[in-house]
Amino acid sequence: MTILKAENISKQYRLGLVGTGTLSHDLNRWWAGIRGKEDPYLKVGSVNDRSTKADSEYVWALKDINFEVQQGEVLGIIGKNGAGKSTLLKILSRVTIPTTGEIKTKGRIASLLEVGTGFHPELTGRENIYLNGAILGMSKAEIKSKEAEIIDFSGCERYVDTPVKRYSSGMRVRLAFAVAAFLEPDILVIDEVLAVGDAEFQKKAIGKMQDISKGDGRTVIFVSHDMNAVSVLTSRVIVLKNGIVDFDGDTDEGIKEYLKGENNQIKYKYEGEFYKPKIVEVEVETSLPNNIHEFGKEIKFIFEIDLPYETDNLALSFQIVDEFSVPITHSWIFDADNVIKRDKGRYRFEGCFPHPKLYMGNYSLLVHLSNSKTKEKFDFLDSICHFKVQMMKTVRSEYHWQKNTCKYLEDINWQTFKK
Amino acid sequence: MFHYLRGFVYISHNQKESHTLSKIDDDAWLYTISSKRKLIDFNFKEIWRYRDLLMLFVKRDVVTVYKQTILGPLWYLIQPLFTALTFTLIFNKVANIETGTVPPFLFNLAGVSVWNYFNTCLTTTSDTFKTNAAIFGKVYFPRIIVPLSIIISNLMKFGIQLLIFIAFYIYYYINGAAIHVDGSMVFFPVLVLLMGLIGLGFGMIISSMVTKYRDLKFLVGFGVQLLMYVSAVMYPLALMREKLPKIAWLVEYNPLAYMIETARFMLLGTGTFSWFGILYTLGVTMLVLLLGIIIFNRTEKTFIDTV
Repeated sequence: MTILKAENISKQYRLGLVGTGTLSHDLNRWWAGIRGKEDPYLKVGSVNDRSTKADSEYVWALKDINFEVQQGEVLGIIGKNGAGKSTLLKILSRVTIPTTGEIKTKGRIASLLEVGTGFHPELTGRENIYLNGAILGMSKAEIKSKEAEIIDFSGCERYVDTPVKRYSSGMRVRLAFAVAAFLEPDILVIDEVLAVGDAEFQKKAIGKMQDISKGDGRTVIFVSHDMNAVSVLTSRVIVLKNGIVDFDGDTDEGIKEYLKGENNQIKYKYEGEFYKPKIVEVEVETSLPNNIHEFGKEIKFIFEIDLPYETDNLALSFQIVDEFSVPITHSWIFDADNVIKRDKGRYRFEGCFPHPKLYMGNYSLLVHLSNSKTKEKFDFLDSICHFKVQMMKTVRSEYHWQKNTCKYLEDINWQTFKK
Repeated sequence: MFHYLRGFVYISHNQKESHTLSKIDDDAWLYTISSKRKLIDFNFKEIWRYRDLLMLFVKRDVVTVYKQTILGPLWYLIQPLFTALTFTLIFNKVANIETGTVPPFLFNLAGVSVWNYFNTCLTTTSDTFKTNAAIFGKVYFPRIIVPLSIIISNLMKFGIQLLIFIAFYIYYYINGAAIHVDGSMVFFPVLVLLMGLIGLGFGMIISSMVTKYRDLKFLVGFGVQLLMYVSAVMYPLALMREKLPKIAWLVEYNPLAYMIETARFMLLGTGTFSWFGILYTLGVTMLVLLLGIIIFNRTEKTFIDTV
């Protein structure tokens, strides 16, 4: 059953300052309205791309968005900053209305946007549970029946009668998420909540959200930058790009589509002149577009080298270094091992890690090209081909993945004995 | 589906059915978020559904205002007492305004208390959108809940101030002042309600305009103060007619002046009572309130884009 349907949703914003022009534009609008004409400013407006200079004072944050959500579906919405995600969420959660188009829904929508905004610092945790619950649309009786569960889920029993202003930011988020998690709307809208809170709570929150969508059959619309959370929770995503739907469909494909849109410096390329052996191209072939690599998948390193003259004892080596420039691996190919003399010309070297064990994080390459006999250094490249390893779709059952716990994961065979 | 593999759990998803556009009759929709606006969009059912929120907001406002203050709710009393005292000294002792048989202090206290209720209702509701921007920007609930809660929580404040008025009333009565409660006193709550509603109406209008035009914010501050001087707070209506007949219309066309004059008539048995004044006030209040609701409704849907 279709529970929510968005038809031609567009949202126009005015750029720049609201100043003296406001009144005259308002009067123009009003005058057009009186004569039964269309809003004159709807015809103008440029596409929503924050990096280009605007040619109009008005911009379309969203333009003709159409989609449907089925009951019980968990829909992910991803997109770069400024792609229109928040605007869409604001419309969905009825904070603002679209400029044109409409959203029809068969269920009550509750939103969980930057949790804790309804908290009053002077009130205690318990009082805030009631206040926040009521703001989110629960009745007092409903909250009362779930109070114990909420407090238990938040893990803040000890502080529940302390004013919230004494809470740490993590505790606030826990409490706020707990209140929202026990909401029972037909459609739950969630925006970037998992970015806060510690790893244990994040795992709890993801689990709760899986329960909500899978167990209770509730519909969830989930907006996040966390590709792991999106890939774990959702089966379908909408990729927004410059205010329009760029992709709508299977999550895995959608994430690829989204990552493609990021333009990092993917390849290293040298195009200048050179008089000695030179590395002209370096590329990391990751399992996903845009130098994003899924943990455990085969990864390939490709080097192109140009020799302006016949060279022997060529030594090519590269290191993978982490974001603190600490080398993690070192690999090489030495011509001395092969006893060959290379003619002048261009060569391509492809190295492959069939089962890399690099843990999630950001890495880059350090590449050396030299003569192993004379020790002459031909070329040295530092911090190129940045790539990122992600734990996609992998959920460790006991603890959620945490950043920087290690640099690589080793296979291990355990044997345990009782003594 | 869970596959256990090297100690990690891989979760895969069942492919959902393809999302073909299905045909559903429009009657089945619970509600629509649309760009179209109705003139009056007053969903009483929804407001009723949020009544718990209304009460919790009232509680929050009452409980938190004077947290971490030593005198706490006593501040509710200090302010009107000192204002009435100042008025008495300046207007009655220095400027010699006659308050008839009623002790000037009691006369001023009555005017100040009633005026204060209107004043706080107006100034706090006129800030609705600005002070609640953060929460309005995140969650939906009927926005009118906020100004309504302000009217109610201020009513409690007014109740406390009324108690101190009663205390002084008894004190003066025992000391033989010529004051008496008029029978129309039973309608006093209605008058207070009107006072609150007109404050609500003006407050909603201003709060809506102020989201776009911040200029109004500066106007409200001294505007309300000027309004007080033409609202017969510290002088009887009759005195204005007698001493400044040329600009007395300023006071006579001011519904607030009638409210304060009538309040004093009910509480102290002084001043004038006119049916014209009452009906005029009622009419203006309803008009302002209606206008307030219309403008507020239009604003609440998009204010977050301009605030």
